[in-house]
Amino acid sequence: MEGFRGYERPDGTVGIRNHVAVISSVTCANGVVDRICAEVPETVKIIHVNGCGRGGSDLILHTRTLQNLCRNPNYAAVLIVGLGCELIPADSIHLAAAFTQKPSEKIVIQNEGGSGKAAEKGIEIATRLVKQATEIKPEMFSFDRLRIGLKCGGSDAFSGLSANPAIGVASDWIVEQGGNSVLTEIEELNGTNHILMKRAATESVANRIDEVINQTNSEAVEILGDFAKLMISAGNIEGGMTTIVEKSLGSAVKGGTSRINEVFEYAEIPTQKGLMIMNGPGYDPEAMAGLAAAGCQLILFSTGRGTPLGFPGVPVIKIASNSRLYKNFELDIDINAGEILEGIQSIQDVGAEIVDLIKRVASGEKTRAEINKQEGLLCMYTRHRSL
Amino acid sequence: MKTNALLIHPKDNVAVVIEDIHKGKAVVLQGGEPFYALSDILYGHKIAVRDLKAGSSVIKYGEAIGTLTGDVMKGEWVHLHNVLIMEDE
Repeated sequence: MEGFRGYERPDGTVGIRNHVAVISSVTCANGVVDRICAEVPETVKIIHVNGCGRGGSDLILHTRTLQNLCRNPNYAAVLIVGLGCELIPADSIHLAAAFTQKPSEKIVIQNEGGSGKAAEKGIEIATRLVKQATEIKPEMFSFDRLRIGLKCGGSDAFSGLSANPAIGVASDWIVEQGGNSVLTEIEELNGTNHILMKRAATESVANRIDEVINQTNSEAVEILGDFAKLMISAGNIEGGMTTIVEKSLGSAVKGGTSRINEVFEYAEIPTQKGLMIMNGPGYDPEAMAGLAAAGCQLILFSTGRGTPLGFPGVPVIKIASNSRLYKNFELDIDINAGEILEGIQSIQDVGAEIVDLIKRVASGEKTRAEINKQEGLLCMYTRHRSL
Repeated sequence: MKTNALLIHPKDNVAVVIEDIHKGKAVVLQGGEPFYALSDILYGHKIAVRDLKAGSSVIKYGEAIGTLTGDVMKGEWVHLHNVLIMEDE
Protein backbone atom coordinates (compact mmCIF):
# COMPACT_ATOMS: atom_id res chain seq x y z
CA MET A 1 0.00 0.00 0.00
CA GLU A 2 1.20 3.48 -0.79
CA GLY A 3 0.89 5.67 2.25
CA PHE A 4 2.65 7.25 5.17
CA ARG A 5 3.92 6.21 8.58
CA GLY A 6 1.54 7.86 11.05
CA TYR A 7 0.30 7.54 14.61
CA GLU A 8 -3.32 6.59 15.18
CA ARG A 9 -5.12 8.34 18.05
CA PRO A 10 -7.93 6.84 20.16
CA ASP A 11 -10.52 9.01 18.33
CA GLY A 12 -9.52 7.50 14.96
CA THR A 13 -7.54 10.47 13.63
CA VAL A 14 -3.93 9.95 12.49
CA GLY A 15 -0.99 12.16 13.42
CA ILE A 16 2.09 12.62 11.25
CA ARG A 17 4.03 13.66 14.35
CA ASN A 18 3.96 12.23 17.85
CA HIS A 19 4.51 15.27 20.03
CA VAL A 20 3.52 16.01 23.60
CA ALA A 21 2.10 19.54 23.65
CA VAL A 22 2.29 21.76 26.72
CA ILE A 23 -0.37 24.47 26.37
CA SER A 24 -1.15 27.49 28.52
CA SER A 25 -4.83 28.28 29.00
CA VAL A 26 -3.95 31.91 29.71
CA THR A 27 -0.99 34.30 29.25
CA CYS A 28 -0.29 34.22 33.01
CA ALA A 29 0.66 30.52 32.70
CA ASN A 30 3.18 31.06 29.88
CA GLY A 31 6.19 31.23 32.24
CA VAL A 32 5.40 27.87 33.79
CA VAL A 33 4.91 26.32 30.33
CA ASP A 34 8.27 27.81 29.36
CA ARG A 35 10.02 26.20 32.32
CA ILE A 36 8.43 22.81 31.71
CA CYS A 37 9.41 22.82 28.03
CA ALA A 38 12.97 23.95 28.82
CA GLU A 39 13.38 20.96 31.16
CA VAL A 40 11.62 18.47 28.86
CA PRO A 41 12.84 19.53 25.41
CA GLU A 42 10.98 16.73 23.60
CA THR A 43 7.74 18.64 24.23
CA VAL A 44 6.13 21.25 21.96
CA LYS A 45 5.51 24.61 23.63
CA ILE A 46 2.22 26.40 22.92
CA ILE A 47 1.94 29.81 24.57
CA HIS A 48 -0.21 32.81 23.62
CA VAL A 49 -1.49 36.19 24.81
CA ASN A 50 -5.15 35.33 25.45
CA GLY A 51 -7.31 33.22 27.76
CA CYS A 52 -8.72 36.11 29.77
CA GLY A 53 -9.72 39.76 29.45
CA ARG A 54 -12.14 39.13 26.61
CA GLY A 55 -15.83 38.50 26.41
CA GLY A 56 -18.64 37.55 24.08
CA SER A 57 -17.80 36.01 20.74
CA ASP A 58 -14.01 36.26 21.26
CA LEU A 59 -14.24 34.13 24.37
CA ILE A 60 -16.10 31.47 22.37
CA LEU A 61 -13.62 31.81 19.50
CA HIS A 62 -10.55 31.44 21.74
CA THR A 63 -12.03 28.58 23.77
CA ARG A 64 -12.84 26.73 20.55
CA THR A 65 -9.37 27.37 19.14
CA LEU A 66 -7.60 26.01 22.24
CA GLN A 67 -9.98 23.06 22.60
CA ASN A 68 -9.75 21.98 18.97
CA LEU A 69 -5.99 22.56 18.86
CA CYS A 70 -5.67 19.96 21.66
CA ARG A 71 -7.53 17.54 19.39
CA ASN A 72 -4.97 17.91 16.56
CA PRO A 73 -3.74 14.36 15.88
CA ASN A 74 -0.08 15.45 15.69
CA TYR A 75 -0.20 15.74 19.47
CA ALA A 76 0.03 12.33 21.15
CA ALA A 77 -0.76 13.89 24.52
CA VAL A 78 -1.40 17.32 25.99
CA LEU A 79 -0.61 19.02 29.28
CA ILE A 80 -2.67 22.15 29.95
CA VAL A 81 -1.38 24.75 32.37
CA GLY A 82 -3.85 27.28 33.80
CA LEU A 83 -3.64 30.01 36.41
CA GLY A 84 -6.94 29.43 38.23
CA CYS A 85 -8.99 32.64 37.90
CA GLU A 86 -8.93 33.05 34.10
CA LEU A 87 -12.00 33.14 31.85
CA ILE A 88 -10.82 30.12 29.85
CA PRO A 89 -9.96 27.71 32.67
CA ALA A 90 -7.59 24.78 32.16
CA ASP A 91 -10.56 22.52 32.91
CA SER A 92 -12.52 23.59 29.84
CA ILE A 93 -9.55 22.92 27.55
CA HIS A 94 -8.73 19.68 29.33
CA LEU A 95 -12.26 18.44 28.87
CA ALA A 96 -11.95 18.74 25.08
CA ALA A 97 -8.62 16.89 25.11
CA ALA A 98 -10.03 14.17 27.39
CA PHE A 99 -12.93 13.76 24.97
CA THR A 100 -10.49 12.42 22.35
CA GLN A 101 -9.25 9.87 24.92
CA LYS A 102 -5.64 10.79 24.21
CA PRO A 103 -3.54 11.13 27.39
CA SER A 104 -4.18 14.59 28.82
CA GLU A 105 -3.41 16.29 32.12
CA LYS A 106 -3.84 19.72 33.66
CA ILE A 107 -2.13 21.85 36.29
CA VAL A 108 -3.60 24.97 37.91
CA ILE A 109 -0.89 27.27 39.28
CA GLN A 110 -3.07 28.75 42.06
CA ASN A 111 -3.87 25.23 43.30
CA GLU A 112 -0.22 24.16 43.32
CA GLY A 113 1.04 27.02 45.49
CA GLY A 114 2.89 29.10 42.91
CA SER A 115 4.86 28.92 39.69
CA GLY A 116 7.82 26.93 41.07
CA LYS A 117 5.72 24.08 42.46
CA ALA A 118 3.51 24.07 39.36
CA ALA A 119 6.57 23.86 37.09
CA GLU A 120 8.02 21.02 39.15
CA LYS A 121 4.79 19.04 38.91
CA GLY A 122 4.53 19.89 35.21
CA ILE A 123 8.05 18.63 34.52
CA GLU A 124 7.18 15.34 36.18
CA ILE A 125 3.94 14.94 34.19
CA ALA A 126 5.53 16.00 30.86
CA THR A 127 8.40 13.54 31.35
CA ARG A 128 5.88 10.74 31.92
CA LEU A 129 3.74 11.76 28.89
CA VAL A 130 6.82 11.85 26.63
CA LYS A 131 7.80 8.35 27.78
CA GLN A 132 4.25 7.10 27.07
CA ALA A 133 4.26 8.71 23.64
CA THR A 134 7.49 6.94 22.61
CA GLU A 135 5.68 3.65 23.18
CA ILE A 136 3.21 4.47 20.36
CA LYS A 137 4.64 2.88 17.21
CA PRO A 138 3.93 4.29 13.75
CA GLU A 139 1.85 2.28 11.27
CA MET A 140 1.11 2.67 7.55
CA PHE A 141 -1.95 4.72 6.58
CA SER A 142 -3.30 5.73 3.19
CA PHE A 143 -3.22 9.41 2.15
CA ASP A 144 -6.97 9.83 2.65
CA ARG A 145 -6.18 10.30 6.35
CA LEU A 146 -4.39 13.59 5.64
CA ARG A 147 -5.87 17.06 6.04
CA ILE A 148 -3.69 19.76 4.52
CA GLY A 149 -3.93 23.52 5.10
CA LEU A 150 -3.18 25.96 2.26
CA LYS A 151 -1.53 29.29 2.99
CA CYS A 152 0.39 32.09 1.31
CA GLY A 153 2.33 34.78 3.15
CA GLY A 154 4.92 37.37 2.36
CA SER A 155 3.53 37.08 -1.17
CA ASP A 156 4.98 38.80 -4.23
CA ALA A 157 3.78 39.37 -7.80
CA PHE A 158 4.91 35.84 -8.70
CA SER A 159 3.22 33.82 -5.91
CA GLY A 160 0.07 33.58 -8.05
CA LEU A 161 2.04 32.47 -11.13
CA SER A 162 4.37 29.81 -9.74
CA ALA A 163 4.06 28.61 -6.12
CA ASN A 164 0.27 28.95 -5.72
CA PRO A 165 -0.73 27.08 -8.93
CA ALA A 166 1.77 24.34 -7.97
CA ILE A 167 0.13 24.12 -4.52
CA GLY A 168 -3.20 23.81 -6.41
CA VAL A 169 -1.86 20.71 -8.19
CA ALA A 170 -0.92 19.20 -4.80
CA SER A 171 -4.32 20.13 -3.34
CA ASP A 172 -6.12 18.37 -6.22
CA TRP A 173 -3.90 15.33 -5.59
CA ILE A 174 -4.83 15.06 -1.91
CA VAL A 175 -8.52 15.42 -2.82
CA GLU A 176 -8.19 12.62 -5.42
CA GLN A 177 -6.65 10.46 -2.68
CA GLY A 178 -9.81 10.96 -0.61
CA GLY A 179 -8.08 13.33 1.81
CA ASN A 180 -8.89 16.90 2.79
CA SER A 181 -7.52 20.24 1.86
CA VAL A 182 -8.44 23.59 3.44
CA LEU A 183 -8.39 26.96 1.72
CA THR A 184 -8.77 30.09 3.91
CA GLU A 185 -7.59 33.77 3.92
CA ILE A 186 -11.03 35.03 2.88
CA GLU A 187 -9.95 38.65 2.23
CA GLU A 188 -7.75 37.31 -0.55
CA LEU A 189 -10.77 35.76 -2.32
CA ASN A 190 -12.36 39.18 -2.91
CA GLY A 191 -14.21 39.25 -6.24
CA THR A 192 -13.99 35.50 -6.91
CA ASN A 193 -17.44 34.76 -5.39
CA HIS A 194 -19.12 33.82 -8.69
CA ILE A 195 -16.16 31.64 -9.72
CA LEU A 196 -15.88 29.69 -6.45
CA MET A 197 -19.69 29.38 -6.16
CA LYS A 198 -19.74 27.43 -9.46
CA ARG A 199 -17.50 24.86 -7.77
CA ALA A 200 -19.68 24.49 -4.65
CA ALA A 201 -21.08 21.01 -3.94
CA THR A 202 -24.48 22.35 -2.90
CA GLU A 203 -26.50 25.54 -3.14
CA SER A 204 -26.07 26.21 0.57
CA VAL A 205 -22.26 25.92 0.26
CA ALA A 206 -22.42 28.34 -2.70
CA ASN A 207 -24.48 30.84 -0.69
CA ARG A 208 -22.11 30.58 2.25
CA ILE A 209 -19.10 31.26 -0.02
CA ASP A 210 -20.84 34.41 -1.25
CA GLU A 211 -21.71 35.50 2.30
CA VAL A 212 -18.28 35.05 3.86
CA ILE A 213 -16.45 36.82 1.02
CA ASN A 214 -18.92 39.75 1.05
CA GLN A 215 -18.87 40.03 4.82
CA THR A 216 -15.06 40.05 4.92
CA ASN A 217 -14.94 42.63 2.15
CA SER A 218 -17.36 44.98 3.90
CA GLU A 219 -15.38 44.63 7.14
CA ALA A 220 -12.19 45.48 5.26
CA VAL A 221 -13.84 48.65 3.93
CA GLU A 222 -15.05 49.51 7.44
CA ILE A 223 -11.58 49.08 8.95
CA LEU A 224 -9.41 50.42 6.14
CA GLY A 225 -11.68 53.05 4.55
CA ASP A 226 -10.24 54.23 1.26
CA PHE A 227 -7.19 52.02 1.76
CA ALA A 228 -9.40 48.97 1.13
CA LYS A 229 -9.24 49.97 -2.57
CA LEU A 230 -5.50 49.24 -2.41
CA MET A 231 -6.31 45.55 -2.41
CA ILE A 232 -5.15 46.08 -5.97
CA SER A 233 -2.33 48.57 -5.62
CA ALA A 234 -0.47 50.73 -8.11
CA GLY A 235 2.44 48.33 -7.64
CA ASN A 236 0.23 45.35 -8.54
CA ILE A 237 -0.92 47.13 -11.72
CA GLU A 238 2.63 48.08 -12.64
CA GLY A 239 3.55 44.41 -12.16
CA GLY A 240 0.98 43.38 -14.78
CA MET A 241 -2.09 42.72 -12.63
CA THR A 242 -5.23 44.19 -14.29
CA THR A 243 -8.20 43.33 -12.03
CA ILE A 244 -8.97 42.35 -8.43
CA VAL A 245 -10.44 39.07 -9.70
CA GLU A 246 -7.10 38.31 -11.34
CA LYS A 247 -5.20 39.07 -8.13
CA SER A 248 -7.59 37.03 -5.95
CA LEU A 249 -7.50 34.07 -8.35
CA GLY A 250 -3.74 34.05 -7.80
CA SER A 251 -4.49 33.17 -4.17
CA ALA A 252 -7.59 30.98 -4.75
CA VAL A 253 -5.61 28.82 -7.21
CA LYS A 254 -4.00 27.16 -4.17
CA GLY A 255 -7.31 25.25 -3.93
CA GLY A 256 -6.77 23.78 -7.42
CA THR A 257 -9.86 22.87 -9.40
CA SER A 258 -11.68 20.59 -6.95
CA ARG A 259 -15.28 20.84 -5.85
CA ILE A 260 -15.81 22.85 -2.65
CA ASN A 261 -17.65 20.67 -0.15
CA GLU A 262 -17.97 22.83 2.96
CA VAL A 263 -17.47 26.31 4.40
CA PHE A 264 -16.69 26.15 8.13
CA GLU A 265 -15.85 28.75 10.76
CA TYR A 266 -12.37 29.59 12.04
CA ALA A 267 -10.85 26.79 14.19
CA GLU A 268 -13.86 24.51 13.74
CA ILE A 269 -13.30 20.88 12.76
CA PRO A 270 -14.86 20.29 9.33
CA THR A 271 -17.32 17.46 8.78
CA GLN A 272 -16.87 16.88 5.03
CA LYS A 273 -14.00 15.53 2.92
CA GLY A 274 -12.21 16.97 -0.10
CA LEU A 275 -11.63 20.70 -0.56
CA MET A 276 -13.15 23.00 2.06
CA ILE A 277 -12.99 26.69 2.95
CA MET A 278 -12.33 27.99 6.48
CA ASN A 279 -13.80 31.43 7.21
CA GLY A 280 -10.70 33.10 8.64
CA PRO A 281 -8.11 35.83 8.15
CA GLY A 282 -4.97 35.83 5.99
CA TYR A 283 -2.65 36.98 8.79
CA ASP A 284 -0.08 34.18 8.80
CA PRO A 285 0.12 33.04 12.46
CA GLU A 286 -3.65 33.37 13.00
CA ALA A 287 -4.47 31.50 9.80
CA MET A 288 -2.08 28.68 10.74
CA ALA A 289 -3.56 28.47 14.27
CA GLY A 290 -7.05 28.10 12.75
CA LEU A 291 -5.84 25.42 10.31
CA ALA A 292 -4.10 23.47 13.11
CA ALA A 293 -7.25 23.67 15.26
CA ALA A 294 -9.25 22.43 12.24
CA GLY A 295 -7.15 19.27 12.40
CA CYS A 296 -4.66 19.92 9.59
CA GLN A 297 -1.56 17.78 10.17
CA LEU A 298 0.44 19.66 7.53
CA ILE A 299 0.44 23.14 5.95
CA LEU A 300 1.62 24.12 2.45
CA PHE A 301 2.84 27.72 2.52
CA SER A 302 3.96 29.77 -0.48
CA THR A 303 6.13 32.84 -0.04
CA GLY A 304 7.66 35.41 -2.36
CA ARG A 305 9.35 37.81 0.04
CA GLY A 306 10.31 35.01 2.44
CA THR A 307 9.03 34.13 5.91
CA PRO A 308 10.57 31.53 8.23
CA LEU A 309 7.42 31.10 10.37
CA GLY A 310 6.19 27.61 11.24
CA PHE A 311 3.70 26.27 13.79
CA PRO A 312 4.23 24.26 16.99
CA GLY A 313 3.90 20.56 16.21
CA VAL A 314 2.50 21.04 12.69
CA PRO A 315 5.02 20.81 9.82
CA VAL A 316 4.86 23.72 7.38
CA ILE A 317 6.26 23.20 3.86
CA LYS A 318 7.63 26.48 2.48
CA ILE A 319 7.47 27.00 -1.28
CA ALA A 320 9.38 29.92 -2.82
CA SER A 321 7.68 31.74 -5.70
CA ASN A 322 10.97 32.89 -7.25
CA SER A 323 14.56 31.62 -7.48
CA ARG A 324 16.09 34.82 -6.10
CA LEU A 325 14.29 34.25 -2.79
CA TYR A 326 15.21 30.58 -2.87
CA LYS A 327 18.90 31.40 -3.20
CA ASN A 328 18.78 34.09 -0.47
CA PHE A 329 16.63 32.12 1.93
CA GLU A 330 17.63 28.58 1.03
CA LEU A 331 17.74 27.22 4.59
CA ASP A 332 14.17 28.38 5.27
CA ILE A 333 12.62 27.09 2.03
CA ASP A 334 11.68 23.49 1.20
CA ILE A 335 10.80 23.80 -2.50
CA ASN A 336 11.67 26.32 -5.23
CA ALA A 337 8.74 27.03 -7.58
CA GLY A 338 10.79 29.84 -9.18
CA GLU A 339 11.97 27.59 -12.00
CA ILE A 340 8.43 27.83 -13.43
CA LEU A 341 9.19 31.51 -14.13
CA GLU A 342 12.44 30.59 -15.84
CA GLY A 343 10.73 28.10 -18.15
CA ILE A 344 12.78 25.24 -16.65
CA GLN A 345 9.95 23.45 -14.84
CA SER A 346 6.19 23.35 -15.45
CA ILE A 347 3.50 24.02 -12.82
CA GLN A 348 2.76 20.26 -12.97
CA ASP A 349 6.45 19.42 -12.34
CA VAL A 350 6.61 21.53 -9.18
CA GLY A 351 3.18 20.23 -8.12
CA ALA A 352 4.57 16.69 -8.36
CA GLU A 353 7.60 17.76 -6.33
CA ILE A 354 5.30 19.11 -3.60
CA VAL A 355 3.29 15.86 -3.58
CA ASP A 356 6.51 13.90 -3.21
CA LEU A 357 7.59 16.05 -0.27
CA ILE A 358 4.13 15.76 1.36
CA LYS A 359 4.59 11.96 1.29
CA ARG A 360 8.04 12.19 2.90
CA VAL A 361 7.06 14.80 5.51
CA ALA A 362 3.97 12.76 6.42
CA SER A 363 6.32 9.85 7.16
CA GLY A 364 8.54 11.94 9.41
CA GLU A 365 10.98 13.96 7.26
CA LYS A 366 11.44 17.36 8.91
CA THR A 367 10.58 20.59 7.11
CA ARG A 368 12.93 23.59 7.22
CA ALA A 369 10.66 25.37 9.71
CA GLU A 370 10.90 22.33 12.02
CA ILE A 371 14.69 22.04 11.65
CA ASN A 372 15.09 25.76 12.29
CA LYS A 373 12.70 25.68 15.27
CA GLN A 374 10.47 28.47 13.89
CA GLU A 375 7.34 27.42 15.80
CA GLY A 376 6.69 30.90 17.17
CA LEU A 377 3.77 31.96 19.31
CA LEU A 378 0.16 30.77 19.06
CA CYS A 379 -1.80 33.76 17.67
CA MET A 380 -5.58 33.43 17.80
CA TYR A 381 -8.02 35.34 15.62
CA THR A 382 -9.67 38.10 17.72
CA ARG A 383 -12.50 40.38 16.66
CA HIS A 384 -13.02 42.82 19.57
CA ARG A 385 -11.07 44.87 22.13
CA SER A 386 -10.10 43.43 25.52
CA LEU A 387 -12.11 44.28 28.66
CA MET B 1 14.07 28.01 -28.03
CA LYS B 2 13.71 28.88 -24.36
CA THR B 3 10.22 29.25 -22.88
CA ASN B 4 9.52 32.93 -22.15
CA ALA B 5 5.77 32.97 -21.47
CA LEU B 6 3.60 30.95 -19.12
CA LEU B 7 0.10 29.66 -19.79
CA ILE B 8 -1.29 28.98 -16.31
CA HIS B 9 -4.40 27.03 -17.36
CA PRO B 10 -5.10 25.23 -20.67
CA LYS B 11 -8.29 27.31 -21.18
CA ASP B 12 -6.44 30.64 -20.84
CA ASN B 13 -6.40 33.05 -23.79
CA VAL B 14 -3.61 35.15 -22.28
CA ALA B 15 -0.16 34.06 -21.14
CA VAL B 16 2.12 35.79 -18.62
CA VAL B 17 5.54 36.70 -20.01
CA ILE B 18 8.42 35.56 -17.80
CA GLU B 19 10.97 38.00 -19.25
CA ASP B 20 10.67 41.41 -20.93
CA ILE B 21 9.68 40.70 -24.55
CA HIS B 22 10.19 43.39 -27.20
CA LYS B 23 7.89 43.98 -30.16
CA GLY B 24 8.78 41.61 -33.01
CA LYS B 25 10.49 39.06 -30.80
CA ALA B 26 9.37 35.43 -30.54
CA VAL B 27 7.02 34.33 -27.76
CA VAL B 28 7.60 30.72 -26.73
CA LEU B 29 5.07 28.80 -24.63
CA GLN B 30 5.87 25.40 -23.20
CA GLY B 31 4.87 22.83 -25.85
CA GLY B 32 3.41 25.49 -28.18
CA GLU B 33 4.23 26.97 -31.61
CA PRO B 34 6.24 30.21 -31.25
CA PHE B 35 4.54 33.46 -32.35
CA TYR B 36 5.58 37.11 -32.48
CA ALA B 37 5.00 39.86 -29.92
CA LEU B 38 3.08 42.81 -31.45
CA SER B 39 3.86 45.11 -28.48
CA ASP B 40 6.64 45.55 -25.94
CA ILE B 41 5.55 43.46 -22.97
CA LEU B 42 7.13 43.71 -19.52
CA TYR B 43 7.94 40.80 -17.20
CA GLY B 44 4.76 39.69 -15.41
CA HIS B 45 2.36 41.25 -17.92
CA LYS B 46 -0.16 39.45 -20.14
CA ILE B 47 -0.05 38.67 -23.86
CA ALA B 48 -2.93 37.38 -26.03
CA VAL B 49 -2.27 33.84 -27.28
CA ARG B 50 -4.99 34.03 -29.95
CA ASP B 51 -7.01 36.69 -31.76
CA LEU B 52 -9.75 37.97 -29.46
CA LYS B 53 -12.90 40.00 -30.20
CA ALA B 54 -14.04 43.11 -28.36
CA GLY B 55 -16.53 42.14 -25.65
CA SER B 56 -15.02 38.71 -25.08
CA SER B 57 -13.59 37.64 -21.75
CA VAL B 58 -9.93 37.65 -20.83
CA ILE B 59 -9.29 34.15 -19.44
CA LYS B 60 -6.51 33.56 -16.90
CA TYR B 61 -6.46 30.75 -14.28
CA GLY B 62 -9.17 29.22 -16.52
CA GLU B 63 -11.58 32.00 -15.47
CA ALA B 64 -12.82 35.34 -16.80
CA ILE B 65 -10.83 38.15 -15.18
CA GLY B 66 -12.18 41.04 -17.30
CA THR B 67 -13.79 41.98 -20.64
CA LEU B 68 -11.97 43.32 -23.72
CA THR B 69 -12.93 46.82 -24.84
CA GLY B 70 -11.52 46.33 -28.35
CA ASP B 71 -10.29 43.56 -30.69
CA VAL B 72 -6.92 42.18 -29.66
CA MET B 73 -4.58 40.26 -31.95
CA LYS B 74 -2.48 37.27 -30.99
CA GLY B 75 0.79 38.69 -29.60
CA GLU B 76 -0.70 41.93 -28.26
CA TRP B 77 -0.31 43.24 -24.72
CA VAL B 78 -3.47 42.90 -22.57
CA HIS B 79 -3.84 45.29 -19.64
CA LEU B 80 -5.87 48.28 -18.38
CA HIS B 81 -5.82 49.98 -21.82
CA ASN B 82 -7.95 47.26 -23.42
CA VAL B 83 -9.69 45.54 -20.49
CA LEU B 84 -12.94 46.66 -18.86
CA ILE B 85 -13.09 45.68 -15.22
CA MET B 86 -16.22 43.63 -14.63
CA GLU B 87 -19.25 45.29 -13.07
CA ASP B 88 -19.56 42.98 -10.09
CA GLU B 89 -16.24 44.25 -8.77
